[in-house]
Amino acid sequence: MAKQIKVSLIGNPNTGKTSVFNLLTGLNQQVGNYPGITVEKKEGICKLARGVKAHILDLPGTYSLNASSLDENVVIELLLNKKDKDFPDVAVVVSDVENLKRNLLLFTQIKDLEIPTILVINMADRMKRKGISLNIPLLERELKTKIVLVSARKREGIEELKSLISTYTLLPTTPCVNALSFDDDYFERLQKVFPNQSLYKLWLVITQDVNFRKVDKKPVGITPDFQIKTESELKRYQQKEAIKRYQFINTVLKEGMVVDEKAATGLRSKLDRILTHKFWGYFIFFTILLLIFQAIYDWSSYPMDLIDEGFAWLSETIKVSLPSGPFIDLITDGIIPGLGGIVIFIPQIAFLFLFISILEESGYMSRVVFLMDRVMRRFGLSGKSVVPLISGTACAIPAVMATRNIENWKERLITILVVPFTTCSARLPVYLIIISLVIPEEKVLWFFSYQSIALMLLYFIGFGAAIGSAWILDKILKIKGKTYFVVEMPGYKIPLFKNVFINVVEKTKAFVFGAGKIILAISIVLWVLASYGPTDNFNNAEQIIGEQLTDASQEELERKIASYKLEHSFIGHAGKAIEPIVAPLGYDWKIGIGIISSFAAREVFVGTLATIYSVGSEEEETIKNRMAGEVNPILGGPLFNLASGISLLLFYAFAMQCMSTLAIVKRETNSWKWPILQFFVMTGMAYIIALFAYQLLK
Amino acid sequence: MKVTIANLKRGQRALIKEITSDIIPLKLLEMGCLPGNEVQLLMTAPFQCPMYLNVNGSHLAIRKEIASQIEIQII
Repeated sequence: MAKQIKVSLIGNPNTGKTSVFNLLTGLNQQVGNYPGITVEKKEGICKLARGVKAHILDLPGTYSLNASSLDENVVIELLLNKKDKDFPDVAVVVSDVENLKRNLLLFTQIKDLEIPTILVINMADRMKRKGISLNIPLLERELKTKIVLVSARKREGIEELKSLISTYTLLPTTPCVNALSFDDDYFERLQKVFPNQSLYKLWLVITQDVNFRKVDKKPVGITPDFQIKTESELKRYQQKEAIKRYQFINTVLKEGMVVDEKAATGLRSKLDRILTHKFWGYFIFFTILLLIFQAIYDWSSYPMDLIDEGFAWLSETIKVSLPSGPFIDLITDGIIPGLGGIVIFIPQIAFLFLFISILEESGYMSRVVFLMDRVMRRFGLSGKSVVPLISGTACAIPAVMATRNIENWKERLITILVVPFTTCSARLPVYLIIISLVIPEEKVLWFFSYQSIALMLLYFIGFGAAIGSAWILDKILKIKGKTYFVVEMPGYKIPLFKNVFINVVEKTKAFVFGAGKIILAISIVLWVLASYGPTDNFNNAEQIIGEQLTDASQEELERKIASYKLEHSFIGHAGKAIEPIVAPLGYDWKIGIGIISSFAAREVFVGTLATIYSVGSEEEETIKNRMAGEVNPILGGPLFNLASGISLLLFYAFAMQCMSTLAIVKRETNSWKWPILQFFVMTGMAYIIALFAYQLLK
Repeated sequence: MKVTIANLKRGQRALIKEITSDIIPLKLLEMGCLPGNEVQLLMTAPFQCPMYLNVNGSHLAIRKEIASQIEIQII
């Protein structure tokens, strides 16, 4: 196999690094995690000329090599460790033409590491509008690098970048500035002890030890003599280093870049005046939220109906055309409904991530952080908690992961603990099916239906529970920490279709292949439990019912047998066992089974009911119609009425029913204490609230 | 009394004079919030917090308690 050129993409957040990555690799990319930590690792393959391939690694966005978060630490750990299998042959630093000055800080640090480096100046298409002109030959000379002007939007400059990557051995590796010239005595001493090491690398190792966490592979022999004594002394040195770098950058840009202020258009300030306005800013934000809910509820219902019918049809067709037997039954009643239960989520997840990626890509999300910080801080959260809480409406797992850019540990921990209250997409199928059963279909206010208002209320309840418990946690938890809060407000951009599309595909794939596996497995296990029983009653169902009902029609007889079998199956026994516990909430043993099974994952509830009912009935019916026909065994009347429906909705709103979330919380907090606390507190709340709701409404 | 970024009115510009406090995160310094650089207050959220600034060409938002640690000279 030909050798692949190893390329690392490095850059500040919001420089369009991901757009460049997407242009280089297309759909030829994989998203995974760095071992042991939950930092997203994006890598892909790019085909260069003459059959050469490049392995592209998209490193997390960072403002400098002085890490202050796990994400940023990934960058420095890699760049300090030549033996790492991903250590780059060539570093591509992506910068944004409008923020070139700030972006060059990181660039000069990378140059100090003496790795061949290419500077990409992205968003070149905006230069004219912003009145910017660049003297590229001068910049290349001063910065000792090769520069490519790229416009990800217009797909310009990518070929040039590819050809520079393939000839990376010709790139200069000398640093462009001596930023460590503020304490010659100290640095000379350091260099003398390690004559073979790059001075900047030594300095990075020392600062990282104090600053963030121990670097794994440090040169042997860095002794305490060279440790900076105090944190504030270190900080003064780092400040001096930053000043040195900026002095250099300012000198270079004074000649290399001309900005004609008159030619610049003030679109940003015009938009900011409205979007961060004290009234209109909030008004617009809540309107957008309402639009998102409407999309998830209304627009995605069409593809979902098609999927629902499609799987029912498939199951029925196989049943009719193939001989009946345990294996075919497993396929038609276990596997196909289980698969249907996964696929049916895709429209909603896709819609949600469509909106979230558009909001992020356009730069609007930072304005939301700005608007909400003050409000959120009152509850012990940060403006940055808004993004996880909103992402939590898709899935708590990426949301918990998204808390990583909250620098303050207490704010971060609280966000992690309360995120699972927000209405994740796994609750949606449960909500949707129960709302459509118990809430009338009429419309109010032009086009909003009672049903979509009910759904919105559930979202508010979830959000309210999250905020309320955050407030309590803020009072209870005694954790001290510095409040870091620095949010970049990027310029507004029209989102790139390709970036949005890839993000939607990646997130949907993560759901289908991640959570989907668990759902399918549980569906099959449940089918088996429902199709076999521990006692003779189960095996002799035909005989027992046949003796009881001698004059019943053939159809009625079959139904009675099926129902009898289900009652005496393994799962029937489990459900019966917990019926006394759930009866005060208005549920029967079948719903009890649904609740038991959804402690693995909420969405399994609907799949479970589907399995239970299709096991109990041979007719071609969709789940909803079947549920509407269920009768309450104690009180009579429909099982799903307003009281039990609302009780069930509230139970699902509060209960912690997701193994995957618990696992990710354990990983992010590095302790079992928090997920266990989450599980018991949330589920306890759910039981009490559902109990009150049912008893009051009944 | 020290004049700090927290004293700025909307649209006002100033030069950063002194950053002494250890509370200021390094990240903020690295984004260009350094002595001698220009700062302009663009917007504030309700109750003056957070504050949306243009520092040395970078657009960023910081909380008032950090803003009140950065000494400035209004121009």
